[in-house]
Formats: sequence, C-alpha cells, structure tokens
Amino acid sequence: MDFILAGLIQAMELLVTGDDATWSAVMATIKVSTCSMLMSMAAGLPLGFLLGYFDFPGKRPLRTVLDTLLALPTVFIGLLVYAFISSQGPLGDFNLLFTLGGIAVGQTILAFPVVTALTAATVEGMDPQLKLTLVSLGAGRRNIITTCLWEVRFGILAAAVAAYGRVMTEVGISMMVGGNIKWHTRTITTAIALETGKGMFANGIALGLVLITIAFAVNLSLSFLRKQ
Amino acid sequence: MFPITIITALIMAIITMVPLSSAMAQDNKLEKKLMMATTTSTDNTGLLDYLMPEFEKDTDIKIEWTSTGTGKALELGKRCDVDVLLVHAPDAERLFIDGGFGKDRREIMYNDFVIIGPAADPAGTRGKSVKEALELIREAKAFFLSRGDDSGTHKKEKTLWQETGKALPEKESWYLQAGQGMLATINATEERMGYTMTDRGTFIKYMAQKGGADQAPLKVLVESDAILLNQYSVLTLDPKNCPKAKYDLALIYSDWMAGEKAQTLIREFRLLGQPLFTPNAK
Repeated sequence: MDFILAGLIQAMELLVTGDDATWSAVMATIKVSTCSMLMSMAAGLPLGFLLGYFDFPGKRPLRTVLDTLLALPTVFIGLLVYAFISSQGPLGDFNLLFTLGGIAVGQTILAFPVVTALTAATVEGMDPQLKLTLVSLGAGRRNIITTCLWEVRFGILAAAVAAYGRVMTEVGISMMVGGNIKWHTRTITTAIALETGKGMFANGIALGLVLITIAFAVNLSLSFLRKQ
Repeated sequence: MFPITIITALIMAIITMVPLSSAMAQDNKLEKKLMMATTTSTDNTGLLDYLMPEFEKDTDIKIEWTSTGTGKALELGKRCDVDVLLVHAPDAERLFIDGGFGKDRREIMYNDFVIIGPAADPAGTRGKSVKEALELIREAKAFFLSRGDDSGTHKKEKTLWQETGKALPEKESWYLQAGQGMLATINATEERMGYTMTDRGTFIKYMAQKGGADQAPLKVLVESDAILLNQYSVLTLDPKNCPKAKYDLALIYSDWMAGEKAQTLIREFRLLGQPLFTPNAK
C-alpha cells in the first residue's frame, strides 16, 4: 500500500520538476490521442449522424454491429494493425510501425465506433418535434440539418470526450504498434506497464496520476467550451 | 455566443495541431537510424540506457529499441520489422539463422541464471544441483513461478525441467505461469513465497529495490551449475530475407558491441556494487 503514497508524492515531483522522460511520454500521449480523436471524429460524426437521422432498411443490424465494435479489445486491434503495417504487410511501405502515426491508426479504429454510436444515439434522442417544426417553418434541407447538428452539439462534445478518454488510456495498441520506444513512442500507459514490469510500482502510480491530471485538464477546457 | 464558441474551438484546434505537425516532421526526418529488438532483461537492468548513448556518440548512428520477450524479438526479426537483435536464446538463435532469417551471430556477454526462493526454503533446495532442486520443488508441490511468455528466460527454464527427465509442468496447481516480465515475475514469486528461475542481473535489481540483499525476502538458493549460463548475442538479419533492413549499420553495431570499449563498459556496469554481465566477445 505504501507505494501509492510514494507514487502520489512522486507524481508531484515529476510534474513540477519537468522530468524529461515523463514529459516526453506526456507529449507522445497528447499528440497521438488528439490525432486519433480528431480522425475518429472526422469519420464517425457524419456516419453517426446518418445512422441517427435517417431511417433505412438494415439500420438496426448496422447499429448492432456498431455497438458490438465498442467491445473491440485493444490488443486485438494492435495485432490487426501490426499485421497491416509490418514491413511485410500490405501497408509496410509507409513505415508506420514503431511510430506515433501507427498508434494513431489503431486508436482511430478504437475510437471510431465510440464516436459513431454516441453521435447516432444523440441524434436519435433529439426532440422529434424539432424536425416537424423546422419543416413547418419552411426551412430547407440544409437548414434543417445544420440546426439539428447545433441542437445535438453537447452530445457530440460528449462523444469527443468519451473518444479521448478511450484512446488516451489504452495500452494494447500503443504497446504492440508503438513498441514502447523511449523518447519516441513511449506513452504514459506503456510507461506504466514498463514500470510495473520492472517492479517500480510507485513510478507506475505517479504516471497514472499524471495521466488523470491531463484528462482533467482536457475535460476542464471542454466544459469551458460548453458554458460558452 | 456563437462566434465565441467558434473562436474557442479554432484556438483549441490550433493548439492541438501544433504538436501534431511537429510529430509528423520528426517521423519523416532522414538519418542513420537503427531499430533493435531486444529482451526485457537488457532494458530493465538499465544496461542499454548506460551503453547506447556511447554507441551513438562513437558512430553517429541513432539507435532505438523495443524490448520484449525473445520469442517476439525473433518474430520481429523474421518479419523484418527491426534491423538488429540482441537476444539470449542460443538454440532458438541457431534455428533463426538456419531458417535463413539471420546472418551473423556474435556472442557479446553473459550473465547466469539462478534459482531463487524464500529464505526458509521449504523444499530444501539450497546448494543442490538444478536437477535435484527442481525435483524437490515438484515433490514438495512448492509454488514455482514461470515467466510463461516464451521469452529466452522461459525457454531456458523449460530446458531445465526437461533435464529432470519428467514431463514439463503445465497445469499443475503449484506451477504458476505469470506471462509477464522478469521483475514482475519475481515480485509475484515473493507474493506467493514460491520459487522461480531468474537471470542474476534482474535479481540484483530486485534486491536493490528491496533496499539490499538482507531486506529481500527471496534469496539465491541454486547457482553456479554449468547449465545456468545465459549467453547474449547480437544477431544481424539476412539481407536476402530482409533487403530493406539496414545490414551495414547492424554490422557496425555488432562490431561496436564486441569491441574493446563496449566490452570494458559492460564489465564496469554495476548495481549495488555487483557486476551484472560478463563480457565475452571473441
């Protein structure tokens, strides 16, 4: 138990003294999670909106598939992505293995179902009167869609937060695709795994607290956005 | 209200894109770079952090490494995902070369394995030979922690069990396969007050964390048996199998590791005043 307290003290030290290795892992985590979140939003938002807004045959099964993808194990995604970007894989020429870009590809796959499913659910849960009201007011199709998007902005924000949390805390993809290379692809979570493997439990706790601090900062800035 | 939100969103987007673009730029920079797959034991003991800056200084080659079990390290080599290997599983290494995946194998250094267990030694293994000790542990059904991860250490442990002439333990209730790195396995051994086989380097590191040999609940019980030698070698990849792997840089690395400077540095590398590795390049 005592290593938890030691970890707490150490977390303060790491952040205050600006420990190089820690900051390198912090930056790697922020870079790669932000990139993955933006890419998954770019792909997942439109699809989620379509799924939630329109009715079409096969919509239910598609939603079920999507909800199942929410349970994709990260190590499994890591292995799949590795198979593709390994130098003998079909995408080997892009040299993505052991890079942050490679991790971002895997994390985008991880976050994509989260964004899509949450967006679809929010759009579905929109007040059904809204569409009718807009039509009766004589709004055009584009106008209706932009107004609907504006109505569900908080839901989309929530999807972004959920996606960010999911990618920032995963370890399977980062380890398998990134390789936990010091100064390059070592993220906070792979660093925690390494420190734990080395038996340095206090270091692991400290890094975990650093990760939570970042998550807190991200959520704080997003809730600021929400107040606006 | 609307414009403020947009401005805030824009600012946030810019803030996040700045580190992103610099990340991409870093990845595209062309330089002499060597990618190595190695085992957790060289990394966890701190040897590479101590040795590799010297290599970079001497050769102007940037080296990066990913540390995994020997099984995965060899697999990464087979698939040409790295340029060079530093591993310790001589039999598997020979198969690797015979299979056309590896080109040169250069012995660099060794440390030795030891069998550790609780100071009370319930199975009575202290000072016995490896074969006797394992038979005693089996009879006593004392907990034995195995790496269980197909690493070089795990492979070594399996050959020790084979030497006893009986079937390899697998599902026995006293045989626990941790599936983790060496230090994590030693910590698990301590939790269960069981036995395990470890390389001496990682054991010294474990004692250092416990505040010295006296404070550590686990002690070395079996050592100095000839079968416990742990040889580390650098393997280069066969250019025929991996034309894109940087064979020339890998050779420079192999030569440097076998050279006088690195060998001296390896000999001088100490933890708790104890040497971890013995250089033996020819």
